[in-house]
Amino acid sequence: MYNQTEIIKDTSELGADGELVINMGPQHPATHGVLHLVVTLNGETIKKIEPHLGFIHRSIEKMCESLTYRQFIYVTSRMDYLSSHINNLGCALLVEKGMQIEVPERAKYIRVILSELTRIASHELWLGAMAMDLGAFTPFFYAFREREMITDIMEDTCGARLTMNYIVPGGLMYDLHPDFQKKVKAFITQFKSKVTEYEDLVTNNIIFQSRTKGVGILSAEDAISYGCTGPVARASGVSCDIRKIYPYEVYDKVEFDEVIETAGDSFARYIVRVKEMNQSIRIIEQLIDNIPEGDFVGKTKNVLKLPKGEFYSRVETARGEFGVYVVSEGGTTPHRIKFRSPGFSNLSVLNHIAAGGMIGDLMASMGTLDLVIPDIDR
Amino acid sequence: MTNEEIKEYISSLAPAATYDETGEWLNILVEPTALKPLMANLRTGKMQMNYLFCVTCVDFKTHLTMVYHLSATTHRQSIVIKANVNRDTPVIETVCDIWRTAEFLEREVFEMFGVQFTNHPDLRKLILEDDFKGFPLRKDFEDPINMIKL
Repeated sequence: MYNQTEIIKDTSELGADGELVINMGPQHPATHGVLHLVVTLNGETIKKIEPHLGFIHRSIEKMCESLTYRQFIYVTSRMDYLSSHINNLGCALLVEKGMQIEVPERAKYIRVILSELTRIASHELWLGAMAMDLGAFTPFFYAFREREMITDIMEDTCGARLTMNYIVPGGLMYDLHPDFQKKVKAFITQFKSKVTEYEDLVTNNIIFQSRTKGVGILSAEDAISYGCTGPVARASGVSCDIRKIYPYEVYDKVEFDEVIETAGDSFARYIVRVKEMNQSIRIIEQLIDNIPEGDFVGKTKNVLKLPKGEFYSRVETARGEFGVYVVSEGGTTPHRIKFRSPGFSNLSVLNHIAAGGMIGDLMASMGTLDLVIPDIDR
Repeated sequence: MTNEEIKEYISSLAPAATYDETGEWLNILVEPTALKPLMANLRTGKMQMNYLFCVTCVDFKTHLTMVYHLSATTHRQSIVIKANVNRDTPVIETVCDIWRTAEFLEREVFEMFGVQFTNHPDLRKLILEDDFKGFPLRKDFEDPINMIKL
C-alpha cells in the first residue's frame, strides 16, 4: 500500500507550522474494517485525510471475467456483505435484462421483501455501531436484538445468515420456508414496539445530538459532484432513490416515501436511516400477505449467454446506488465487468466533509457515511 | 431531449463523434483530444449532466476504451461517452475538475489499466501496492501465483 518509513519521515518536518501526521487504521476499532486513513493534523484540526485502500482487495472484477453468468452472482455477496441480497439482485437483474428472462411474480415479491429485510438489518447494524463509535454502548445491544430476528429469518429461508446467495437468474434458488410469513410478521410487531426505544436512547439523546448536529456538512451540489448516493445524498436533499426513479421488481406497486432531509450533517444522515427502516417495514407490510402462488423460478437455458453488447443495471442497496456494468462479447463469461459500488464514491467525500473539523468529529463524519470496506476495495 | 436532439447538439460540439443506439442508452464515441471540452460543455451547457455515476475502462486487446456514464439529477436522462485510447501509451485528459468523483475513479483506472490522466491533481495508486508491476485488469496480465484461468 505505502512505504511506512516515508510517512513517519513526514513528521520530522514537524515544527514550522505544527503539522502532525497520524495513521488511523488499518486496525482501528472505529473504522469497522481495514481502512487506513492518513490524517494530517494541525493541533486538533484536520488539514487533510488521505484514505489508503486495498487491504482486502480481491480483484472481484477480474475474477468475474472467468466466471459464468450463473457463478458471478455469488462473488458479489462478498462485496457489500451487509447488503449481499441486494447485490445479488442487481446482478440477477442484469442477466435477466440481457437475456429477456421472465421472472415469476412470486419471485419478485419475495426478492423485494428480502431486500427490505436486508436494508433494515444493515441499518440496524449501522445504528448500533455508529452509536458505539460515539461512546454509547447500549444501542448496540438493542439494535442487534432486532437484527438477530432478521438473520434468523434469512437463515431459515436462504440457509445463510450473511451471504445469502438466494437469487439465481430467473428467480430464486428454492421456495420459501413454511414459517416465513409468520416469522416476518412477528418481526414487524417486535420492531414497531421497539423502534421508540432507539428514539429515546439515541435520537433524543442530547450528547448524541451535540456530537452529530452541524458536523460533517455536505451540500447538495457537492453530494452530486462526488457521486454520493443513498442516505448520504438524501440527507443533503438530493433525491436519488433508485427504487423511486427507476423502479425494479415490484417497487412501482408499493407505496413508500423517499426519505429526504436537507441539513446535510451527520445527524440528518442518522435520521434518514432511521426513517428508512420505517419505510422498509411499510413496504414489507404491503407485500407479506399478498405473495402470489406459483413458480419461484422462471424457465432458463442451462447455459446462459448474454448477447454481444453492453448492459447496465442498478439497484438501491442500504448504502446507495449499486451498479453493474457488463461488456459482453457473446460468450458464457463477461468480457469486462465493473461494479459501481456506493461505498467507493461515498468514501471519496470524506476528506471534503471532515477537513477543517476536529479530529474528535471525524468519527461522526466517517460513521455516518456507513462505509463497508470490502465494498470499497472489491 | 430525444436521442436525435442530443446527437445534433453533440455534433455541433464534437463533429467527429460517432453514435451507437443499440444499447439501453445513447453511446457517443469521441476522439480523446475532444473529450475534455465536450465534457465541460455537457456539465455546464444546456444538457446539465451533473452526475457522473460510472467511470471505467475496457480492454479490447487492440485498444483501451474509456467509458463515462453521465446522468442529470434534473431530467434523469443518461448518456454514455466513450473514447478509444492507444494501448501502448494511453493518455487522456482528466475530468476530475468537472466532477469530483472522477478523482478516485480515475486513480483506480490508472492503476488497473495504466491510463495516464493529464492534469490529474494526485495520480497515485489507490488500491494496489506502490511497487506493483503491471496492470491487472488488462487482458494480457499474468499473475504467476493467484491467476484464475478458464
